[in-house]
Amino acid sequence: MSLRVLEPGPLTLVQDQGRPGWADLGVGPSGAFDLQALRAANHLVGNPEDCAALEALGGGLALVATAPHVVAVAGAAGQVSVDGRPVGSGRVLSLRRGDVLRLGAPAVGMRWTVAVAGGFRPEPVLGSRSFDTMAALGPAPLSRGDELVVGRPHGPVSLETVPAYIAAGEVGVGVVLGPRDDWFTAQAISTLLSCPWRVDPVSDRIGVRLEGPSLDRARTGELESEPVVRGSIQVTSSGRPVVLGPDHPVTGGYPVIGVVVDTDALAQARPGDVVRFRRHRA
Amino acid sequence: MRVLPCGDAAVLLDCEDALEARRWHAALRDHAPTLGANTVLLRGRPDQLRALISSTEVTDVDDVRGREVAVEVVYDGPDLADVARHCGLDVDEVVRRHTASPWTVGFAGFAPGFAYLTGGDPGLEVPRLDRPRPRVEAGSVGLAGAFSGIYPRSSPGGWQLIGRTDAPLWDLGREDPALLRLGDVVRFVAVDR
Repeated sequence: MSLRVLEPGPLTLVQDQGRPGWADLGVGPSGAFDLQALRAANHLVGNPEDCAALEALGGGLALVATAPHVVAVAGAAGQVSVDGRPVGSGRVLSLRRGDVLRLGAPAVGMRWTVAVAGGFRPEPVLGSRSFDTMAALGPAPLSRGDELVVGRPHGPVSLETVPAYIAAGEVGVGVVLGPRDDWFTAQAISTLLSCPWRVDPVSDRIGVRLEGPSLDRARTGELESEPVVRGSIQVTSSGRPVVLGPDHPVTGGYPVIGVVVDTDALAQARPGDVVRFRRHRA
Repeated sequence: MRVLPCGDAAVLLDCEDALEARRWHAALRDHAPTLGANTVLLRGRPDQLRALISSTEVTDVDDVRGREVAVEVVYDGPDLADVARHCGLDVDEVVRRHTASPWTVGFAGFAPGFAYLTGGDPGLEVPRLDRPRPRVEAGSVGLAGAFSGIYPRSSPGGWQLIGRTDAPLWDLGREDPALLRLGDVVRFVAVDR
């Protein structure tokens, strides 16, 4: 019961819902960047929500089934094939022994999520099968030839179709101002909420860097390191915002002007895409 | 202490100082709080957290002293001379002060097993490097602000490096992967190699 990696693509990681609760050891939560896609893919193949799936950046992942398996692909939108036959994403796919599942380049979005009935079962580290790219904790990124062990199927599969919910070119995300919005000028707050922000190519699971006007501080001085959460919009000393992703450090030293309440869409934002922040009241 | 918004699934307790933050952290221990220098993060629904906080009594935390850990250090770091110059001390005096006072694990962060050590000699306060190094070797002992710290693994870093240690700071093979935990008291010991 396994899937073997023919081609790992640019970066494919095992991810589950992460490892919360280890902050006192300096270990962050990590976990799937697109949590909605993780839930959808697990739901389709009949898994509990916390089963580990694959998070594949871009296209190029190819897996061969060593036994019959039921899989589902969610997250990005684009061409998926089984043994060269184009198939749909967002629904259950049956693989016979020897079938090859191949992910094309996403037409929309950045990250595919691949779930298998029974879940991927690498050894958990501190209670999670997520790979944390910053802490280098958890199962290593996939390499060619890896044998991905699959657990026993859990429950009935779903015959639903889950649409890719992402929009091309522009994403809007809700943001709760604070905890350090008072470190910024009123103009900076209004700029944050009104300007289009372009996704910088150096973005990754640690942070999505944004290009746009400089966000000026209302006060000087250094912030003492404080705990941060996924979605925190840190503003660096150069005035640039960085939205923290799942592999963010436990604490940060830059003031956080606001926190994005749902970062799933940012997992799918491509370099050059526009992010717009809208005010959200917690 | 002020309760600051932190998205829709957490709040940040902004405390007067590190001691007040430690008190809140201890009082809220059952709710998996995360400690910063002067702050505590609590995860959950903000309205429920605010109710929890207003019904929580903060007590003294002088009793939460951790273990004593001795860390052997070879004081030959690349920034040792600069640190001495900045502090107006000679190199031997920097080493003497770094080893003379006990440091306490104030909070964790930055990397697995990285502890921000507080309570050292105030004469050793130095700024971070203007340009962080792209690679700092594991075991490097550094100073930044009022903190000291040891890099558990190789990574980029902006602390001023004064020495190195072989102490196993992070080992997933141990039941307790982190050598240094909140409240532990660290004594640095100078060794030749």
